[in-house]
Amino acid sequence: MAKLPETSPAAGLLPLTHGGLTLSEGPARRMWMIQPYPGREAGLDAALRDAHGIGFPEPSRSTGQRGGRLIWAGRAQALWIGTADPAPGLAQHAALTDQSDAWAFLKLEGAGAEAALARLTPLDLHPSVFKRGHAARAPLGHMSAILHRRSAALELFVFRSMARTAVHEIGVAMRSLAARAAV
Amino acid sequence: MRIPCPLCGDRDRREFYYMGAAEALTAPPGPEAPPEVIDDQLHLRTNPAGETRDVWYHETGCGAWLIVTRDTVTHAVHGAVLAERRGTTA
Ligand SMILES: [Zn+2]
Repeated sequence: MAKLPETSPAAGLLPLTHGGLTLSEGPARRMWMIQPYPGREAGLDAALRDAHGIGFPEPSRSTGQRGGRLIWAGRAQALWIGTADPAPGLAQHAALTDQSDAWAFLKLEGAGAEAALARLTPLDLHPSVFKRGHAARAPLGHMSAILHRRSAALELFVFRSMARTAVHEIGVAMRSLAARAAV
Repeated sequence: MRIPCPLCGDRDRREFYYMGAAEALTAPPGPEAPPEVIDDQLHLRTNPAGETRDVWYHETGCGAWLIVTRDTVTHAVHGAVLAERRGTTA
């Protein structure tokens, strides 16, 4: 088979800047969904700490350190994001699925990022409520997204097939806010 | 109306899909049960004026199935537990 060129989910679409907000694509990362088997949550947590030095995140939270992190992504599931794959031994305790090519990873930065996303999601993203290390599975427009606050950026993950829709929807919100500010 | 998801916190009702009365989760009667008991289990619901319990699926959130206790008269939502834990709480 011919060698196919690899492209990122938002290739050619980002970065995008309107007013003080910039939407960009996150770096290419290994992404795995980790879903503990019933009753194996404690075993998985211990195995994660042994192999990677991080625990399985509490609901609506994340854990992490250099090399790999976990963002809670729904009932009994967390998304691994790392420069390498998670330890194969975790498969004793959880279903591991390589989803590296399945998610578009976007970052929204700048003052007022919450106001832009408020047009697309019913979540309260105010920094006093949705703090650093907080995560949510929530609608973004009509998409099912994972949202996470990491230092200065709001990280967004949507299904790869929705990358163009997500960039369009967030871009419209950013442009509207910038236009209002300029009036 | 907001539903307090035990995993996600308070979320808008539109994030959830209604899956029916919680009483339908009880085990069906065995094959030796008289036909009217099986008919009751399959087709008859209580439809209370007041407190009721039903099943909701957090479709655009965490994907959990919840048992929500609410009041059909006041529209108050009293609480929600994970359906997988229904034997231990509420
Ligand atoms: Zn939920």
